[in-house]
Amino acid sequence: MSLVNFTTREITCKIVYYGPGRSGKTTNLHYIFARVPDTRRGRMVSLATQTDRTLFFDFLPIDLGQISGFTTRFQLYTVPGQVYYNATRRLVLQGADGVVFVADSQARQLDENIESLQNLQSNLLALGMDVRQMPVVMQYNKQDLPKELVLTPAELDDALNFRSVPSYSGDALHGSGVFETLKGISELVLKRLSAGAPA
Amino acid sequence: MTTALNPRFTFETFVVGSANRLAVTAGRTVAENPGTAYNPLFIYSASGLGKTHVLMAIGHATKKLAPGLNVEYLTLDEFVEAFHAAIAAGQGDAFRRRFQNVDVLLVDDVQFLTNRKEMQSELLRLTEALQAAGHQIMLASDRPPAEIEDLDERLISRFSGGLVVDMGVPDYETRVAILRRKSEERGAKFQPGVLETVAGPDCDSVRELMGSLNRLIAHQAVTEGPINAEATRQVLGLAASAQAPAAATAKEARSSDEFAEFLSDVTVTVGKAVEAWRARVAEAVLRWEGEGYRTARLEALLEKDAPVGVEETFTSFVRDVERLKELEAEVTLLDPGAAGDAVFRDPSRVKEAEAAAAKVREGAAPPPGPSAAFTLSLFAAGASNQVALTAVKEVLAKPGKKYNPLVITGGSGMGKTHLLNAIGLELDRRARSIVACLSTQTFIDELIAAIDGNRMDWWRARYRRATALLLDDIHLLAGKERTQEELFNLFNTLLDHDRQLVFTTHAHPSTLEGIEERIISRLEGGLVVELQEPDRDVRRAVLERWLVEKDALDPALLDYLSDRPVDSTRGLAALVQRVADVAFAKEQPLSAGLAREVLEGQPAASRRPSGFRTSGIVVSSLGGVRSREKMVWDWSDPGDRVIEDLR
Repeated sequence: MSLVNFTTREITCKIVYYGPGRSGKTTNLHYIFARVPDTRRGRMVSLATQTDRTLFFDFLPIDLGQISGFTTRFQLYTVPGQVYYNATRRLVLQGADGVVFVADSQARQLDENIESLQNLQSNLLALGMDVRQMPVVMQYNKQDLPKELVLTPAELDDALNFRSVPSYSGDALHGSGVFETLKGISELVLKRLSAGAPA
Repeated sequence: MTTALNPRFTFETFVVGSANRLAVTAGRTVAENPGTAYNPLFIYSASGLGKTHVLMAIGHATKKLAPGLNVEYLTLDEFVEAFHAAIAAGQGDAFRRRFQNVDVLLVDDVQFLTNRKEMQSELLRLTEALQAAGHQIMLASDRPPAEIEDLDERLISRFSGGLVVDMGVPDYETRVAILRRKSEERGAKFQPGVLETVAGPDCDSVRELMGSLNRLIAHQAVTEGPINAEATRQVLGLAASAQAPAAATAKEARSSDEFAEFLSDVTVTVGKAVEAWRARVAEAVLRWEGEGYRTARLEALLEKDAPVGVEETFTSFVRDVERLKELEAEVTLLDPGAAGDAVFRDPSRVKEAEAAAAKVREGAAPPPGPSAAFTLSLFAAGASNQVALTAVKEVLAKPGKKYNPLVITGGSGMGKTHLLNAIGLELDRRARSIVACLSTQTFIDELIAAIDGNRMDWWRARYRRATALLLDDIHLLAGKERTQEELFNLFNTLLDHDRQLVFTTHAHPSTLEGIEERIISRLEGGLVVELQEPDRDVRRAVLERWLVEKDALDPALLDYLSDRPVDSTRGLAALVQRVADVAFAKEQPLSAGLAREVLEGQPAASRRPSGFRTSGIVVSSLGGVRSREKMVWDWSDPGDRVIEDLR
């Protein structure tokens, strides 16, 4: 997928929210969905189970309108977090322009976080994408939980963020950090516009 | 015409805060040292933040410290009015004189200079005059000099040359302090919290603050009781008790703002990323246009929708421009007249430029070069010329860098010409070198011919191309004013380009007469080395070579001749020639005995009978010297040596 199309004057960014099950990826999208004016958003497609677990994926298209003469669209995806949906994850990851890794800040979820991160790496690799080139940001979600249950952003940085990508602490349920994260990843993705554009 | 200083506007009544501290400090400094501290002092701030107050305070302070000084405050409009009135009355000069006599001039609202060209030049002239006379000028404006629309560049640089300070909006504490002081001045008393409420919301100017205070004072005068903070909000129409609902709406506000903020962020990022190449191209167009190059090729890029081939176009454009620069520089040296050709400014016409340069190159014949007969290997080395030879080696190692110019002095027949030509030959061996090596007389002749043929540009270009200029017998320049002038210019041009210059002369440059001081000093600025009378080693080496040539190498003869006292190499040659002539006449072989007989039998002057003291280069008839016989050259006192045409 081409990020910038100078012929049709379109910019399309596909951003994938990645992370272990129940870390709050869908919650992120729901929060964003609620804040985007009706005219700007498409229908949020959510394929969920009875218990609100993402079965296939969520998809939220946002139309940012004309920016510098370019029709700009963001497509936000989430992947199913559960281990056994790897084929779906890889499918969703295909053609992604940027990845938000939503980590569960709870101390007891650390292993799941690490596992999911490794899974992200191996899926990117399998898709032939360069892990180092792919724009990635981290969101340490659920920071609103009692202190004794969660790891601090600094601790999580130590444990997960070995590539030193931008990281944000978040509380997706109440919305804090959600747009900061989105801004962060958008900036990284869009900065590649000039680099990636045919010069 | 000018405004009197408002007595209320002094430093004492000015409330200093972090936003205006610098301006006040600068103002005080200027008041204490008018004309020396910051001249001009330029203060700018948005309206109603105290520019006028500071300006007038400076006026007051100056007057207080030095009552004798002539201080004038006026707004630009008043200045313009006065100027127009003076012009209408035919008193323009009087107007100028009047303002030039002001010791401290305070001009307010100079932003109104926009679109007033004649006032700008008038103010520029006045500023210059005041500065030159050590008088202080202070200006106030609502924007910095560079942002005043349509302002003359020279004025901008003048204004910015002193000190430019801005005054910001006072912070909360300063606002409260201002309000307290003002209410005290008015004799108004307020309940605690009232002034704080007035100062609370962000305000854009102190004037606004004063307006609020005035409303409160008026309100308090008509109501019975003292006004409280709550009532203040109502009077001033501030959002009533903003705290409680604010908390409730916080989340709401955030939710609608968040997307808008995100959108504006993305807009900026996309704008930067997508339009970056356009900005780059536009910048490049401006730059090259500024340097006088045609940029059609780059402009064509901007017509496109996508940045296709930007890099390639850039690279090729810059490469072409560089090539044009090279060609132009080369052509400038060869023929300054041809360098102005537009073809050297259009990167799309590089081929034409190459052709034009080639044409110029062909047109310029190389200047006279060194004579092949005088090689460095034939120059006999010895103690007497060691210094000179060492210097020559250094010059040859780093032409133009080490000793420039190199001046070789020495009496007649010491080998100056030989050495000069030898240097020329060595330099000529280098790639792309153009060595001009000639006698000063030839140099003068060529110049005269060029003047005659009206080809001075061509002549200059020819020598400016030279990578080295070697002139023999520079003392012949004496009295040739035009040649000295041209040589002086050429000298400087070549020296600027690190081209090697070598000159020979019969005496130290400082003793030369009839040559302009500027040339002498330049000659002395390099290295002056002397070739001394040949020592025995040199004589022997030279003799050996000649005798070998004559096939008469006899050790006894060599020893005998080497020991003969001679003062120059040329004297030695004469010696050998005499012996050889006799040997030829007597049909005897050259031998020590014959030499002794010839040289000692009839003691002869070893000096050359002919008086002509150039280095043997033929003198042309154009130099004013018509015939050798008519030269009076060998006068006993060197100071009396003059060239005299007896006809």
